[in-house]
Amino acid sequence: MDAYLIAVGTVVLIYALLAIGLNLQYGETGLINFGHVAFFALGAYASALLALRGWPLAVTFAVAAAVAAVAAIPLGLAALRLREDYLAIATLGFSETVRLMLQEERAITQGVQGLPAIPKLFGALGGARADLAIFVALLVAVALAAWATHLLKTSPFGRLLRAIRDNEAAVVALGKDPARYKIQVFMFGAALAGIAGAFYAHFLTFITPDQFVPLVTFYVWMSIILGGVGSVRGALAGTLLLVAFLEGSRFIRDLLPGVAEVQMASIRLAVVGLALILFMLYRPQGLFGKRGG
Amino acid sequence: MIEARNVRVEFDGFRAVDDVSLTVAAGSMVGIVGTNGAGKTTLFGAIAGQIAVARGTIAFDGHDITRIPPNRRSRLGLARTFQVPREFGRLSVMENLLASAPNDRHESLAAAWFGRGAARRADGEIGERADEVLTLVGLRPMRDQPAASLSGGQKKLLELARALMGSPKCMLLDEPFAGVNPVLMGQLLDVLCAIHARGIALVVIEHHLQALKTLVQRLIVMDQGRVIADGLPDAVLEDALVQDAYMGGVV
Repeated sequence: MDAYLIAVGTVVLIYALLAIGLNLQYGETGLINFGHVAFFALGAYASALLALRGWPLAVTFAVAAAVAAVAAIPLGLAALRLREDYLAIATLGFSETVRLMLQEERAITQGVQGLPAIPKLFGALGGARADLAIFVALLVAVALAAWATHLLKTSPFGRLLRAIRDNEAAVVALGKDPARYKIQVFMFGAALAGIAGAFYAHFLTFITPDQFVPLVTFYVWMSIILGGVGSVRGALAGTLLLVAFLEGSRFIRDLLPGVAEVQMASIRLAVVGLALILFMLYRPQGLFGKRGG
Repeated sequence: MIEARNVRVEFDGFRAVDDVSLTVAAGSMVGIVGTNGAGKTTLFGAIAGQIAVARGTIAFDGHDITRIPPNRRSRLGLARTFQVPREFGRLSVMENLLASAPNDRHESLAAAWFGRGAARRADGEIGERADEVLTLVGLRPMRDQPAASLSGGQKKLLELARALMGSPKCMLLDEPFAGVNPVLMGQLLDVLCAIHARGIALVVIEHHLQALKTLVQRLIVMDQGRVIADGLPDAVLEDALVQDAYMGGVV
């Protein structure tokens, strides 16, 4: 049971890293990014591929963040030209492109077979202790990311992000170039997602392209909406709530006799959906969001 | 200060601004009137850079600005306000002004993490100037309110205040009196005079003729994308062509 809780906690923290970045992009800057999973995937593959070639994990984690951040530049450039709803479509397309590339570039990624036997983070500690160490390292990473985001939000940079969200045309008329800021926000969020991906790869030790479907992006969106858009605390609480919904619904099967495994998967999603709808109906601003904010 | 030559703006072949030439001297105060659809706001858009010109050139303060983006025009000292206020609704009035001042060095990620002291000091200095500007426009008591909570007239004042934070040499004001109640109107007139007294050139689009006449030394009348009269306000308003086009023959 302890091992199970640690595993669930690790997933929560990985999602929290993703949520902190997306929350900054959407909650503060108003950028609708439906392709967040792409940076998660790039981080996971970059770190895993290098680690399989014998690079030390401290370096591969840094590369994962850098690769994801650099990949965000073209998306940031697109964001400057596109209205927010079109940006949503473009980012979604981008993430699917990344997934299909990982799937088709078999020479590098081994395609749908995935990458097995990725070195485990803290593997030298062995089994359960390695998992615990990963959990603790993730706690530190999430705390650092939350702190960095907090500093950012309370700086002149953060103030300008909110100004862009409220009225971008006015920001331009006042002599500033929103493009510069949007790109930086995209890159920062992507770097966090890249690090989350590296943790994911070196925790599971096995990754395939179909772990990086758009559903992952939407889970992250659900977390920030559940937790309250624009608040770091909310992003953390939202991921906890989401994973509780997802994991908790596993246990419903014990209460429903005569339901097959396949049917259960659908029922599970339906229950999660229903819970989300009810939650939004009775607490539309999320757990920590400001009403009407 | 502003020198526009043969400026034309087209929307799908329709000439919204039709070969307009116009000069505005430094420190002057000019009014632009005309019926709805005469091309006044479009001309502002062309000068400030929100709208691309089909032909013609625009110079500001000796620079050719015809093809440069609006944010760079603003940095040269050319500010504009909008007919419908574009406040940052969820920021406080004070934050609206802080975000409007040129502050590139401290509005960066690096400064957010490693230069917080310097950024805070810069905010302090900008804040002092912002307080002066807020006092000038009479919004000082609302400095900590969210901008969304201001009345329509107050948002107009905020729009002016924000434009002033860039220390402009020239301001293009699009209907500053529209939707402003009579009490606030007097205050706004005083504010505009005070801004003008600082040597800032003002170009004002306005339907409110009485307010405009007390303010400007020069009046430009536009009709169907063209300038049809330009001169002293009283002389221009007596012009037969103007009466026909703008006032429907009644003044």
